Amino acid sequence: MAANMSLKRNEMPTQDPVIRATNFNEVALGYSEETAIDEALRCLNCKNAPCVAGCPVNIHIPEFLAKVKEGDFEAAYQVIYKSSSLPAVCGRVCPQEKQCEERCIRGIKGESVGIGRLERFVADWHNAHSAEALKKPESNGIKVAVIGSGPSGLTCAGELAKKGYEVTIFEALHTAGGVLVYGIPEFRLPKAIVQKEVDALIALGVDLQTNVVIGKTLTIEELFEEGYKAVFIGSGAGLPRFMNIEGESLNGVYSANEFLTRNNLMKAYKEDSDTPIMKAKHTVVVGGGNVAMDAARTAKRLGSEVTIVYRRTEKELPARLEEVHHAKEEGINFAMLTNPVKINGDENGWVNGIVCDRMELSEPDESGRARPVKIPNSEYEIKTDCVIMSIGTSPNPLIKDTTKGLEVNKYGGIVVNEETALTSLKGVYAGGDAVTGAATVISAMGAGKTAAKAIDEYLKNQ
Amino acid sequence: MYKIASKKVLNSFVTQMEIEAPLVAKKAEPGQFIILRVDSEGERIPLTVAGYDRQKGLVKIIFQIVGGTTNKLNQKDAGDYISDFVGPLGKATKVEGLKKVCIIGGGVGCAIALPIAQKLKEMGAEVDSIIGFRNKDLLILEDEFKAASNKLIVTTDDGSYGIKGNVTMPLKEALENGVVYDEVITVGPLIMMKFVVATTKPYNIPTTVSMNPIMIDGTGMCGGCRLTVGGVTKFACVDGPDFDGFLIDFDEAMKRGTTYRDFERHAYENTCNLFKKEAK
Repeated sequence: MAANMSLKRNEMPTQDPVIRATNFNEVALGYSEETAIDEALRCLNCKNAPCVAGCPVNIHIPEFLAKVKEGDFEAAYQVIYKSSSLPAVCGRVCPQEKQCEERCIRGIKGESVGIGRLERFVADWHNAHSAEALKKPESNGIKVAVIGSGPSGLTCAGELAKKGYEVTIFEALHTAGGVLVYGIPEFRLPKAIVQKEVDALIALGVDLQTNVVIGKTLTIEELFEEGYKAVFIGSGAGLPRFMNIEGESLNGVYSANEFLTRNNLMKAYKEDSDTPIMKAKHTVVVGGGNVAMDAARTAKRLGSEVTIVYRRTEKELPARLEEVHHAKEEGINFAMLTNPVKINGDENGWVNGIVCDRMELSEPDESGRARPVKIPNSEYEIKTDCVIMSIGTSPNPLIKDTTKGLEVNKYGGIVVNEETALTSLKGVYAGGDAVTGAATVISAMGAGKTAAKAIDEYLKNQ
Repeated sequence: MYKIASKKVLNSFVTQMEIEAPLVAKKAEPGQFIILRVDSEGERIPLTVAGYDRQKGLVKIIFQIVGGTTNKLNQKDAGDYISDFVGPLGKATKVEGLKKVCIIGGGVGCAIALPIAQKLKEMGAEVDSIIGFRNKDLLILEDEFKAASNKLIVTTDDGSYGIKGNVTMPLKEALENGVVYDEVITVGPLIMMKFVVATTKPYNIPTTVSMNPIMIDGTGMCGGCRLTVGGVTKFACVDGPDFDGFLIDFDEAMKRGTTYRDFERHAYENTCNLFKKEAK
């Protein structure tokens, strides 16, 4: 078949912005079979495949696209599945424009191939059409504990289960999925997709223990005493950061974690939910990452006007391009070069405004990004009844505090050997946000995979 | 699923249950808390541990029926199941080295204060307890406290039992008479703890308060339970729930506690209506 030389990629069908801003159904609707084939035909099958090097788990992209071109979607899925255990998730939440698609040759003159959209299509096609039940591999009788059921934990557990290990996942919350369930909203990642991944692990023989907080209910030492031969820590990022400005304890000030957890995990958006959430008139979200976009778009769907406040410019927003684009379409205001200095409240302790400085960009800082500096006497107040702080997290102390000899860095992140994910303790591995601080789903998955490989090698040599 | 092994009505607003949760029972210490959900769509609520039986694998909870979830929980009976029960969370109350302690409980807070008194007594410390209630009908755990204390004083707001007045009166009297405690540990309504702290402060007696703010995950992830302690933001779930009472901003904590008051009232009324309908 001839290559499709269109400079533009096939558009992703989406729900109408006006309608979707009032519901929690998925925004992006996915390619049809015809569109998928047409889009795959834009791939030139470059010999050196620069896209593959841009993928944190090195999916053989031209190979899976070749199968899509042929209309053999199941074969395409099998190509992806060799490298990635959560394609339906990653196709939806990876920042592809900074990874595989950034390196796509087609992107030099025109738009890159919609690799992420095709990954999603292939994974959804497989989920809809494949009836083949996963079989539990023959057990090798060796027990491995995985702490946390987010992207790194699910990946590590899956890889080890496929090799015959007896894997138990310990999850602190009542539902598995970690950030995929409590953090990322339904409209971006339907929870049924996450559940399908969890069900697949259970079919592989993984034992899922919810309501167990490692560091509290059980310690890592006790896991070894109970016969686990290796432990993977994928406990996630942890405590939300605040700005330490006046007024952060007023009623109506949330961390993004709390706001999103109430809504996503506890389903507070449903009318009959037992868990309350504030339905504000005008919400201000502080921060510019994916989590900030998720919080803003969630508040919008709960009926609020929303303004995102970020201290740099739109160009520096760390969020995925598509999320920014969708947020704008949904009518969210972007107040760039704006930095909060104080939150005002009424006499009953409720938020009624946020005072901000206007900023300008100066020389780049250590992170290479232009440093925002305050414009003198530029202070102004935004009227608001709800403020959501989305400025990152600091590591959770529960495991560190109860695990003797586990080395952490000055930020509290667990120190590991990057090649093997091995921590300072024998048989204890770690990956994902617990190591790196807040990062992406795909990098956490990559770490889970690295750890699984290292654990397998370690245990084989025991 | 977690089985309710026993249920006992302590008064018309307060119920005691023992839940089968062997892993939690094995580790729980006085001052720590658990989080539970009644059913698969339920809210997560924190409750401080009121006791445990490590051999039988049981954890005791005592709760006041204040909102939708506690109302739903109260409708369950021994032999029924609840969907989630996780813990023990938070840090245990520090009791090491204490020789003479005053334990002050208010209302359902007495349920949490009791295991602390028991632990101290077990360690050989001298324990004076003051427990306060609105009236005689709401009195709970008197015998248990008697057994765990060298001296027990009961107060009621209306004088229908024990001393008329609030818990700070006998405390103040003791302190004025020169009684010296290594520490005062208090659990109860915020306003009561605030006044206990105001009473002990002039005598500079270390005072530990047990905070029970709004929470979701209970593991440090959501930050809903944050408090200002000595001017610094702390999370009750991982840094507490016990804090130095002299450092707590009680007024702020009280305001934050009202965030969902209207929602809770509606939820409570809704569950009441639902149960009435079911009863018909």
